[in-house]
Amino acid sequence: MTAPLVELRGAAVRLGTRTLWSELDLALSEGEFLAVLGPNGTGKTTLLKVLLGLVPLSAGTVEVNGAPPHAGNPEVGYVPQQQAFDRTLPIRGRDLVRFGVDGHRWGLPLHNRATRRRVDAVLEAVGATDYADAPVGLLSGGEQQRLRIAQALLGDPTVLLCDEPLLALDMASQRAVTRLIDERRREAGSPVVFVTHEVNPVLPYVDRILYLVRGRWAIGAPAEILTSERLSALYGIEVDVVKVRDRYLVVSAEDELPTEPGAHAHHDHAH
Amino acid sequence: MGIGFYLQFPFAQHALEAAFLVAVSCGLIGPFVITRTMSFAVHGTSELAFTGAVAGLLVADNPLAGALVGALVVATMIGLLGQRASERDSTIGVILAAGLGLGVFLLGYYHGYASEALNILFGNIFGISSSQILLLGLIAVAVAAVLTVIWRPLLFASVDPDVARARGVRTGLLGIVFLFVLAVTVTEAAQIVGTLLVLSLAITPAAAAQRLSPNPFTVTVLSIAMAVLAADGGLLLSFQFATVKPSVLIVAISFAFYVVARLVGPAVTAWRRHRPAGPEMAELTRG
Repeated sequence: MTAPLVELRGAAVRLGTRTLWSELDLALSEGEFLAVLGPNGTGKTTLLKVLLGLVPLSAGTVEVNGAPPHAGNPEVGYVPQQQAFDRTLPIRGRDLVRFGVDGHRWGLPLHNRATRRRVDAVLEAVGATDYADAPVGLLSGGEQQRLRIAQALLGDPTVLLCDEPLLALDMASQRAVTRLIDERRREAGSPVVFVTHEVNPVLPYVDRILYLVRGRWAIGAPAEILTSERLSALYGIEVDVVKVRDRYLVVSAEDELPTEPGAHAHHDHAH
Repeated sequence: MGIGFYLQFPFAQHALEAAFLVAVSCGLIGPFVITRTMSFAVHGTSELAFTGAVAGLLVADNPLAGALVGALVVATMIGLLGQRASERDSTIGVILAAGLGLGVFLLGYYHGYASEALNILFGNIFGISSSQILLLGLIAVAVAAVLTVIWRPLLFASVDPDVARARGVRTGLLGIVFLFVLAVTVTEAAQIVGTLLVLSLAITPAAAAQRLSPNPFTVTVLSIAMAVLAADGGLLLSFQFATVKPSVLIVAISFAFYVVARLVGPAVTAWRRHRPAGPEMAELTRG
């Protein structure tokens, strides 16, 4: 078996005096899709920042591609959540994507045929050629996220880190964006760490779930983790997990789960 | 007596040169100022150039040197106290109020011509010496050089700070470097159009340019062009209409550019974005 591409051992993160999570063991191998779930403020995004090399561990070890993570590693692709750009922001789709090639380098973004070709190719790959020259502030959330993925793919990443990339997207865009991420891990074998508060849109692709609740965590296949028993233990209160067709709904008699995956009913049709 | 008459004199030539140098620097920083939502920082540092200039007048009879030192002090304070964008606004407000109070206090000790102090607020473009032109030129070159070097990472950090940090861009450091560039540019501009009217060269042309193109390079070129046309155009017009202060004409031209850009901007955007369906429809049919 090949060495894991992402590995955490006995990892802990402390912010100020508060320990977000500790004793975390996690190993991702090629092509694996890990969904990171849990209420707000439990350190889901912080986990990504650890893997990006932006936040240090307070205990334990972390390795990405067999080395400690460091910011600016092009082998790590990062897709953030959709952002509200100003309508008159003078940045085109292709400018945003090009940051993925040389945004971190000094100097002017001079015209360069090789760079242009790479940007064009990746725009084509995510189906964003049509609006590559439109200002990003005028693009829909789904269009923006395609550009984000294009930007992340430019570095030919061996690991993809996604922070709520589906937030505020309509169903069609959610599916399109998830499919692009899934394609990448199938074709290039890049494992995906996918932070989300809503597991159902990505459920068909998820191999394992990491569920974080106030310092406690559980990891395993969706069917293993998304059970009334496991989540009740994690939350420390009575929680019911209901499976309706292909979707999980998590409900609690106590009003304790404000940001629960699938807790709010959806009107979209089943897959 | 019209434009041709005045152009024989060194004071008029110096004025045109100074206006050009200031306008290029201002046009250059403008798009970054807007992208980073730092208009208030421009306003704050330019008004505090007044305090620095009064101090410079008192101590060394040199308002420009005083204003430059003051601007760097102010930039450092904003950088240290207003690291986060959310608190930057209020920090600038606090420093601005305190600094202006100090300026008025210092002005009480100044017994020279009152017009000297007034010039700091409204600009005195006709009193510029050759050595000052040299200093303005050096500042303009320095501003352009620094911006050329930090261009890509600064744009990345301004548009997309989270991803830029993930890609190893030192966004905090770039923010402080840009703050210093801004402070120096604004102080330089304050000498020409005056503290109160700096915004018309550092923000208005860039704001107008943004309405006309989504290409960051085109926006910068347009911003510089409009700033230069406003500064030198306003100056030339003031030779023709000697009763109006040049800074008033500079502001008028720059504002006219903005109004025109706002009017034709939507048409330019629509033309660029000639797409058959709305964004969501396109998404659905593709998806």
